[in-house]
Amino acid sequence: MKFSENWLRTWVNPALSSSELSHLLTMAGLEVEGMEAVAPEFNNVVVAQVLEVVKHPNADRLNVCQVNVGDAQPLTIVCGAANVAVGIKVPCARIGAVLPGDFKIKQAKVRSIESFGMLCSGKELGLAESSDGLWLLPEDAPVGTTLREYLELDDQLYTIKLTPNRSDCSSLQGIAREVAALTATPFQALNIKLQAATSNDQLSIKIEDSAACPAYYGRLVRAVNAAAITPVWMQRRLERSGLRTINAVVDITNYVMLEMGQPMHAFDAGKLSGGITVRHARAGEKLTLLNEQVAALDADVLVIADEARVLAMAGIMGGQGSGVETTTCDVFLESAFFHPDAIVGRARRFGLATDSSFRFERGVDFAATQQALERATQLLIEICGGTVCAINSACGTLPTRPAIALRRSRVTRIMGIELSNGQVSTLLTRLGFSYTANGDDYRVTPPSFRFDLSIEADLVEELARVHGYDNIPALAPKAALTMLPYSESQRPMSRVQQILVSRDYQEIVSLAFLAEQTERDLCGNQNPLALQNPIASNLAVMRSSLIGGLVDALRFNLNRKQPRVRLFEVGACFAKAGGEYVQTQRLSGIAYGPNQPEQWGAKSATADFYDAKADVEALFAPLALRFVAATHPALHPGRSAQIMVGEQQVGWLGELHPQWQQQYDLPLAPLWFEINLEAVLQSKVVRMQEIAKFLPVRRDLAVVVDDGVAVQALLDTMQQANAPLVHEIVLFDVYKGKGLESGKKSLAFRVLLQDTQKTLTDAEIESSMTVLVGALQQQGAQLRA
Amino acid sequence: MEQLQQILDQALQQFAVISDEAELEQVKAKYLGKDGSLTGLLKGLGKLTAEERPAAGARINQVKQAIEAALQQRRDALQQDKLALKLAAESLDVTLPGRGASTGGLHPITLTLQRIEQLFHSLGFAVSSGPEIEHDFYNFTALNIPDNHPARAMHDTFYIDPQHVLRTHTSPVQVRYMENNQPPLKIISPGRVYRVDSDATHSPMFHQVEGLWVDEDISFANLKGVVQDFLQRFFEQDDLQVRFRPSFFPFTEPSAEMDMSWKGGWLEIGGCGMVHPNVLKNVNIDSEKYLGFAFGLGVERLAMLRYGVNDLRLFFESDMRFLKQFN
Repeated sequence: MKFSENWLRTWVNPALSSSELSHLLTMAGLEVEGMEAVAPEFNNVVVAQVLEVVKHPNADRLNVCQVNVGDAQPLTIVCGAANVAVGIKVPCARIGAVLPGDFKIKQAKVRSIESFGMLCSGKELGLAESSDGLWLLPEDAPVGTTLREYLELDDQLYTIKLTPNRSDCSSLQGIAREVAALTATPFQALNIKLQAATSNDQLSIKIEDSAACPAYYGRLVRAVNAAAITPVWMQRRLERSGLRTINAVVDITNYVMLEMGQPMHAFDAGKLSGGITVRHARAGEKLTLLNEQVAALDADVLVIADEARVLAMAGIMGGQGSGVETTTCDVFLESAFFHPDAIVGRARRFGLATDSSFRFERGVDFAATQQALERATQLLIEICGGTVCAINSACGTLPTRPAIALRRSRVTRIMGIELSNGQVSTLLTRLGFSYTANGDDYRVTPPSFRFDLSIEADLVEELARVHGYDNIPALAPKAALTMLPYSESQRPMSRVQQILVSRDYQEIVSLAFLAEQTERDLCGNQNPLALQNPIASNLAVMRSSLIGGLVDALRFNLNRKQPRVRLFEVGACFAKAGGEYVQTQRLSGIAYGPNQPEQWGAKSATADFYDAKADVEALFAPLALRFVAATHPALHPGRSAQIMVGEQQVGWLGELHPQWQQQYDLPLAPLWFEINLEAVLQSKVVRMQEIAKFLPVRRDLAVVVDDGVAVQALLDTMQQANAPLVHEIVLFDVYKGKGLESGKKSLAFRVLLQDTQKTLTDAEIESSMTVLVGALQQQGAQLRA
Repeated sequence: MEQLQQILDQALQQFAVISDEAELEQVKAKYLGKDGSLTGLLKGLGKLTAEERPAAGARINQVKQAIEAALQQRRDALQQDKLALKLAAESLDVTLPGRGASTGGLHPITLTLQRIEQLFHSLGFAVSSGPEIEHDFYNFTALNIPDNHPARAMHDTFYIDPQHVLRTHTSPVQVRYMENNQPPLKIISPGRVYRVDSDATHSPMFHQVEGLWVDEDISFANLKGVVQDFLQRFFEQDDLQVRFRPSFFPFTEPSAEMDMSWKGGWLEIGGCGMVHPNVLKNVNIDSEKYLGFAFGLGVERLAMLRYGVNDLRLFFESDMRFLKQFN
């Protein structure tokens, strides 16, 4: 909502400066988003008339002018503008004037002739971006009047961000009412001069859905001069509210809308066929709107139609071919109340947002429909003349405003401070709400222009607002103290994040949507979860894994010459399964480049599968994980594994598939892992185990097996052999190459044996080792000499 | 007896000039060895009378002990010298950099969220979360925003299907939590939210923290108190000014925008209000008995102010040169 402060002050004029008024509005919930002066600072500029133009004797391009500035004697002014001419009216800066840019006008000799001022262009006054010569003022401009006064330049333009509940403030009248309530300043109501009807001509009005349109007032005004020029004062107010001048009749309807908040429409009565019907659109009906858009109308769209066609989308926009033009003779003025439910959402559906739909979908004062029509008639007659016909109307049931019970005790409870009965009554009165009071109990009837007041809390807000939120203290709550639960079978996420941080991973946050192709490539997701209204094609589908964001982030950093990148992210991943959206929080990391930062005295090695595996294991420690070779669309088929906790898969680990490495321009293959966050947060309350009194005995066991044999298979074999006393078996060396047949590898295990009750004998140890060796041999392992 | 003194003097002189441990042991044998001079004197004791023997023996032993002590002293000195040489040879350049892994760091949004959670935790707020693909009902309807309400246009919603949206705010968590818990309730709910908006000052995904306190005596004054307390603690500025401005949210009444003073002006930091009775009614909480306040804070805005980040987009670009500054 844009408006001029001067216009507002014709309704209500509190003793506040512009900035105080702006602050007042903002602090009352009418946020002033912008406030700008109509004109920059300048003074001593008056309307002047050029009386005589004589060529300067010493300069080709200059003229010596005699200028009437309203004084007894004309002033001599040297002027270089090409468009200077006898009789024109222009702004004249007198001696002593200060123009924008601190440009001071002094008496000066111009090529030996004294000049007593300056004739100005719009640009020189800061009122135009560029100017082509002097600013020519209208012929009727009063000579001698200051330009600021003549053009009402001492004015501020306000832009207010209206919240959806305050449609009542989408008019000057509404804002003025609000200012009056806030400042307890008198409010000048509009003085509407009723125009007596001299004819009973009318168009019939029929409403098919009176719930959607509870009131429709229409009036014919015949023989108007639609070509009349809109008065300057009206043009100025429209412009300062951000509206263009169109023609006098349309300007008048727009003006009444700004003034009273009632959107109106003016039809060219000569273009209508028969009476007016307010109805829902019929199947297949189309309307070419004033903006030339063709709207295919749905049945829930309310229209204004005559007997031949649809004329307008009710409360939203008029159609072509029925509007008023400068050639129009007879005008049919419409002022209606459309219920918000009948308008809301429709404009948006057609990509429209009009001044009319903005107001109707939020609520227009249904008690002022006829008044607005009277006001428009008055202005029409004053500006365009014409013959006034009687008002015709059709009305259904208007909304009601049931009284709301308001308890002073409730006001105190909600606000946290006590307002006296006197204060409550005063505030209600200032707001213009009618009420009755019985001790601390009030019954308040909201006015017809307020669509946001239906319960007690709404009234409390009104009281708090006008009392001033600033006048409510900030108080610490008083409440019973209890402790929060603090589970130890769940690790806090910060602990898990910290593990990765201490292993040199940097956390990132990436967008949850990405390009469909990335999902297909890296997740094998042929049917990604798509947004219906993405902002860009590379942000079109929801991620089913964090890999896409990590690979993108990796590439971003490689392009910025980072040699070593280790990133992780925690976030939701999305899928649809069985008609339900599945949203899992995952933890995912990517490691690229050297496994250690470059440093002296340490051999540089590129991070490989086992480096990343150690990171994953660290996340779950002390829990022992199992890794099962398996293929994943993103990963190298021979270098990828499912991460298992017991029988349950909790994630993936592997090296990026060479195909994607090439496609995503990565010089090296990154390692990637992704884990269900829930699994990694699991924890257990520790129960202490007795420490063995006897030291364990170590025996090493080296075997030769086929290269393809998985270490886990041998570990499982030994575990299942149930050799007595075996406490721990750990692989500590892998060897391939010289001294071994090709296709073979040597594995060395450390076996710890222990008895908690006594020292072991050699015989016991040997017997256990024999069991292990036997089990390994059954798997084709040879004991290494 | 002169002979004894002579032996002692000679031994002391000899020990003093030896600089090799093996040589020292050889010289020791000259005095204390099987054929050593002192050993010889001890053997000679047998020739003395029983009366002379104790005194002579004592004297010889005295000298023997003196020689042994001198020997030990010399041994220690030689050891010390040797050690000193070894240590000198072993000294390092202590200014060479340390070796091993470096450490990473947390995202500034995480740091901010952790700070927010810590502060509210100190007041007894629990943390609750909800889905990011949210049913229209929780995102809008249950929050008193019916279909077609103009307030929906304030939200610029991403749709997954006609009934499901990417949540536009963290407020649906309020409803989900109140459905399953009875007052008194005190939660915050941090999380990612989504709006169809992308430019220098808007990201289509960003973070909010929702706060909710429902109890029998919770007022607007308390809302002001808690939010002000939080912002002053968060920015570690006891004189930070907080301003509440009337506003509109369908799920609070009265509603307010929160502004904080910053560099001579006011900055919007989030929205808040007293929980709307309809929202309480929707989750079967008696709005006559209970009152509550709710607020939503913009996490990126807090992080930007706290850490001097001047471009919202930096948070989501994953530039390590940016991220590592927070390590």
